[in-house]
Amino acid sequence: MNTQFFRTVRLAIKSLLLHKLRSGLTMLGIVFGVFSVIAMLAIGEGASSQAQRQVLELGATNIIVRSVKPPDDGENTASSSNSRVLRYGLLEKDYRLLTAIPTITQTTPMREIVKQARYQHRQLNVRIVGCTPEYLTINHLNMAPGGRFLTGHDLDSLENVCVVGSQAAAVLFPYEDPLGKIVQLENQAYQVIGVTNERTASAAIGGSMSGQDYNKDVYIPLTTMKVRFGILNVQRSAGSFSAEQIELSQVTLQVASKEDVISTAEVVRESVERNHPRSKDYAVVVPLELLKQADQIRYIFNFVLGSIAAISLIVGGIGIMNIMLATVTERTREIGIRRALGAKRSDIINQFLTETIVLSGTGGLVGIFLGLMTPVAFTGLKFAVNQFVLSGSSGTSDISRIFLEMQPQVAIWSLPIAFGISVAIGVIFGVYPARSAARLDPIEALRHE
Amino acid sequence: MYAAQLTELMKTYYMGDNVVRALRGVTLDIPTGDFLAIMGSSGSGKSTLLNLLGCLDRPSSGKYMLGGVDVSTMSDDKLSGIRNKMIGFIFQSFNLITQYTVLENILLPLQYRQGAPTITSYDEKRCIEIASRVGLAQRLDHRPFQLSGGQQQRVAIARALINDPEIIMADEPTGNLDSVTATEIMQILKDLNAEGRTIIMVTHEPDVAIQTKRQIYMKDGLVAGEGIFAYESTAQPVPH
Repeated sequence: MNTQFFRTVRLAIKSLLLHKLRSGLTMLGIVFGVFSVIAMLAIGEGASSQAQRQVLELGATNIIVRSVKPPDDGENTASSSNSRVLRYGLLEKDYRLLTAIPTITQTTPMREIVKQARYQHRQLNVRIVGCTPEYLTINHLNMAPGGRFLTGHDLDSLENVCVVGSQAAAVLFPYEDPLGKIVQLENQAYQVIGVTNERTASAAIGGSMSGQDYNKDVYIPLTTMKVRFGILNVQRSAGSFSAEQIELSQVTLQVASKEDVISTAEVVRESVERNHPRSKDYAVVVPLELLKQADQIRYIFNFVLGSIAAISLIVGGIGIMNIMLATVTERTREIGIRRALGAKRSDIINQFLTETIVLSGTGGLVGIFLGLMTPVAFTGLKFAVNQFVLSGSSGTSDISRIFLEMQPQVAIWSLPIAFGISVAIGVIFGVYPARSAARLDPIEALRHE
Repeated sequence: MYAAQLTELMKTYYMGDNVVRALRGVTLDIPTGDFLAIMGSSGSGKSTLLNLLGCLDRPSSGKYMLGGVDVSTMSDDKLSGIRNKMIGFIFQSFNLITQYTVLENILLPLQYRQGAPTITSYDEKRCIEIASRVGLAQRLDHRPFQLSGGQQQRVAIARALINDPEIIMADEPTGNLDSVTATEIMQILKDLNAEGRTIIMVTHEPDVAIQTKRQIYMKDGLVAGEGIFAYESTAQPVPH
């Protein structure tokens, strides 16, 4: 059986080699079809894995409940203009309610204010984060050697201590060791007890459009923040004054296992709903759900790109069919000889189908090889774009930055699929020529010149 | 014992409104070991008769027994099997497969054996034996275009023998060959016949036909006469 199979394939190759250039050019159609399918999928995969990584940085077992400024309907504006203070967001009682959910292993409440941080003459707008010791582990932050994070004792005794993010530390203390130095946060002095290592930004979540950048944060004890900064966020700008009251900006919850995340998120939604029956002033963000959405987007993306590439595969298939039809006419006499020597119609179909499959299958293998070269080719493309297209423009736009940062990833699953499709194309577009070869009358075929 | 028996064999073609009665009732017995020449001018029905004898076509009516089997109403697939197993073809224009070597050409009928068994080293050994019998042992790796006409026809004869057929059908086997080569090919056929093989040959050359055991002459879809002299008396004068 096996040797028979190899014999058939070998004889098919022999027939194809009879017209080397013609077979080669026909194969090229499939080569580029398969290559573009793999390349398109690789680019799609590369783009979506970037987005996916950012979502994962939020933590796959985390559930984030965040305060959101409610939409400005008439009622709200009236009340806020009366009191001049907009009250919204998560409350401390929400937090206490959430800690009671049994599947949740760790929680950390957090409140953030954007203020200026100053050391000597250097200053920087930072996000001051009032938080608890658990914040470190839940958000996958790491401490740089030498320092420490906030402790329970810092919170209990309202210490004026802070932990500085890596980028903030680099700006405020370019030449010195930040540890032990005093930083001014809105005219209050805080002693630096630690610096966090650099951490990649995570995806944007409800309430903020930009991704979360942890590197410009300054962490202080939540209790200290409440006492020192009060509960009002006051913003003054050229003649106007607005104040907001937010008790907690965000509560991050960690669930024991991935399986419980979705069900726990339901419970969380219901619990918070109870305290905020009317206004939608909070958002529950579940990274795992975001991940699923990202997956869905990826499927759509891959499907669309793959379909476009598949068109070129079909064009290649039409090329094969065209050539095989010509071959059948040209080899009519050979078909007659084989029929006279005892070949059944099915034998003739098998012979021509084997030839098209060898043609398209080899094309598929070469296409896969080229497809594996996609990342290399893409690097070259990026270099060319950088040199000739972007060299004139000043600064890089977001789009070009996304393009330059993207790295196509050849999806391993796309290789067998591309090969399978190329073989299938050979079968689909080979059946008609093969059948028309088999239908020839042996006597007529033998007479054919 | 008969290799082939034809009873009232008819073949009618419909070409538009025209009805062509190519064979109008041929009855013929071909005993095993016969060497029969079929002669006749073009349009006499000799090609149609050969096609029917070679199982390339089915008769419109009548009965054709080949090696004791009625093949007149067999399906296309079964006829293919019969051609493969029981008939060896030799053509005027050799009809070798150009992209194959001599060895591959001779092995070709084995590819289409019933059940498509693998070609074994025994098959290849037999193939080489047959090839050396017709004087091709040194040319097994050649391609047809590297051979002379006589050598190509020897390949075709070897190919016709590989499945050990009941009958060898030769359609003007010497038509494309010079007289010296034609004599060599006829000698091979005569040797095969001497071994007991049945050979049916279509030819219009009387000096080739005369070398066979029996001659029949076709005219207007019927067997018009038997014997070389029948040909002489009914057709154009024979040279020398």
